[in-house]
Amino acid sequence: MTPLLTAERLSKSFGGVQAVKDLSFDVGEGEMLALIGPNGAGKTTVFALLSGFLRPDAGDVRLRGHSLVGEKPHAIVARGLARTFQIVRPFPRLTVLRNVMVGALARHPHPPTAEARARAVLDEVGLGGASHRPAGALTLAERKRLELARALATEPALLLLDEVMAGLNDAETERIVELVRGINARGVAILLIEHVMRAVMALAQRIVVISGGERIADGRPDTIARDPRVIEAYLGDEHVDAAPA
Amino acid sequence: MRWAGAAALAALLVLPALASSYVVTVFIFIFFYAYLGQAWNIVGGYAGQLSAGHAAFVGLGAYTAVVLSLRAGLSPWLGMLVGAALSAVLGAVIGFLGFRFGLRGFYFVLLTVAFAEVCRIVALNVDAVGGALGLYITFTGNPWQFQFQDNRVYYYIALAFLLLATGVVALLERHRAGIYLSAIREDEMASEALGVDAFRYKMLAMVVSSFLTGLGGTFYAYYLFSLQPNAVFGIPLSVEIIIRPIVGGAGTLAGPILGAFIVSPLQELSRLYFSGGGWHGAHLIAYGVLLIVVVLFLPQGAYPYVRRILGRARA
Repeated sequence: MTPLLTAERLSKSFGGVQAVKDLSFDVGEGEMLALIGPNGAGKTTVFALLSGFLRPDAGDVRLRGHSLVGEKPHAIVARGLARTFQIVRPFPRLTVLRNVMVGALARHPHPPTAEARARAVLDEVGLGGASHRPAGALTLAERKRLELARALATEPALLLLDEVMAGLNDAETERIVELVRGINARGVAILLIEHVMRAVMALAQRIVVISGGERIADGRPDTIARDPRVIEAYLGDEHVDAAPA
Repeated sequence: MRWAGAAALAALLVLPALASSYVVTVFIFIFFYAYLGQAWNIVGGYAGQLSAGHAAFVGLGAYTAVVLSLRAGLSPWLGMLVGAALSAVLGAVIGFLGFRFGLRGFYFVLLTVAFAEVCRIVALNVDAVGGALGLYITFTGNPWQFQFQDNRVYYYIALAFLLLATGVVALLERHRAGIYLSAIREDEMASEALGVDAFRYKMLAMVVSSFLTGLGGTFYAYYLFSLQPNAVFGIPLSVEIIIRPIVGGAGTLAGPILGAFIVSPLQELSRLYFSGGGWHGAHLIAYGVLLIVVVLFLPQGAYPYVRRILGRARA
């Protein structure tokens, strides 16, 4: 079976810094894949390359066999790939409902239909009660869920989630984990960037580890956790974290 | 809100029968600048692309209609459409340069000002369109030449223009395009990640806005019976166009109208009281102070506050 998404030998440099180097991986239909790696490993750059916000210097991205390289972000959304941003980007002066409608309009150009879709998505993520508040008035946890809801409203086949759990407390993280699991259970493939390892281990069916822009491991969560290269890459990271401030 | 609007419209329709010619004139200017403000509102308010050169479209629309009338004998009613179409083309050129090459914020402001200034300098130096003297229209009172004996006809035309532009914006608000434009204004990158073709919708906003603004140019020329490059292409007119929607509430349907009913009477009063005795130009200072007050205390314009007060009165 051909994978849903194929990233093939992707490379991207910024000036003299090679952010992504010869990176290949794929995501199957309905799969939940996590992309992990230490800070600065190039994860967010990978998302930008997949979603059309950056153009790769070399390599190809294909969604159901169709190359996405050179396509604009909005066209990629229409093909069924949606993303969230690590730093959430709500439309602050629009209501929560309007925010989600913008996503829903991608599939339902008629505003009343898009509104009905948006309400359904808001109920799913538990923001139904906040639909008439301006998005700028939401808490961080609510904004994270709004970010997810907007992307979900575009009805993607593949959803790229960039650290939707960062900065949340345990209870909030638990809710998002349940939410993401539910979305995936409906058949939406998910590519997850996440630092919260508990969430990654709970959610991902497969994990791709990158470090310095290169893939260093690809496998099931239990094997990844024992991989010496992964431990090495992360130990350096933990060592930095453990150093006295 | 709808009833209030209908009642206000009914009052405006009967007003010329009761009011003095002076009051009618004041209202003509309120409607006309509210119209231009509403046209600007599409690109400047909804889409959040701050054009500070909308005078270019007024001037191009006005010059086109007047030159076609003087040289080719074309009725300004038709010339008006040609002028609006040319303005839309100019708007598309400015929009393409700005949006294709990612000029945002102040850079887009500068681009639009630069185009208006180029238009002004060209009009100043091309004798075929009157050069620095401009163009004068001889009064004939012929309606087919967009000329009327009775001031009240201009009143109704200006009101019709305002209703037209407001109708276009109301339609936009209910359409996908209007929602997309406000998303682009709030966060362009986030909107693209949700499937919005930001370039296409910004172009649409610019073209519709410049078309309507160009249409207004003909009214301007035939109401004042003359055209001078510095007046119709100048930065002061661009500022006049922007100030009302910003005072009233940019990106809202009622904002430009509310702004016109606030700014134009203020302007008129300051002109009445400060026109003599060495106070010449003081109305411009009053204007500047008003703008500062709005930016400091009503950054969203007056409309959100008015709506809140109306909502409280009903509750």
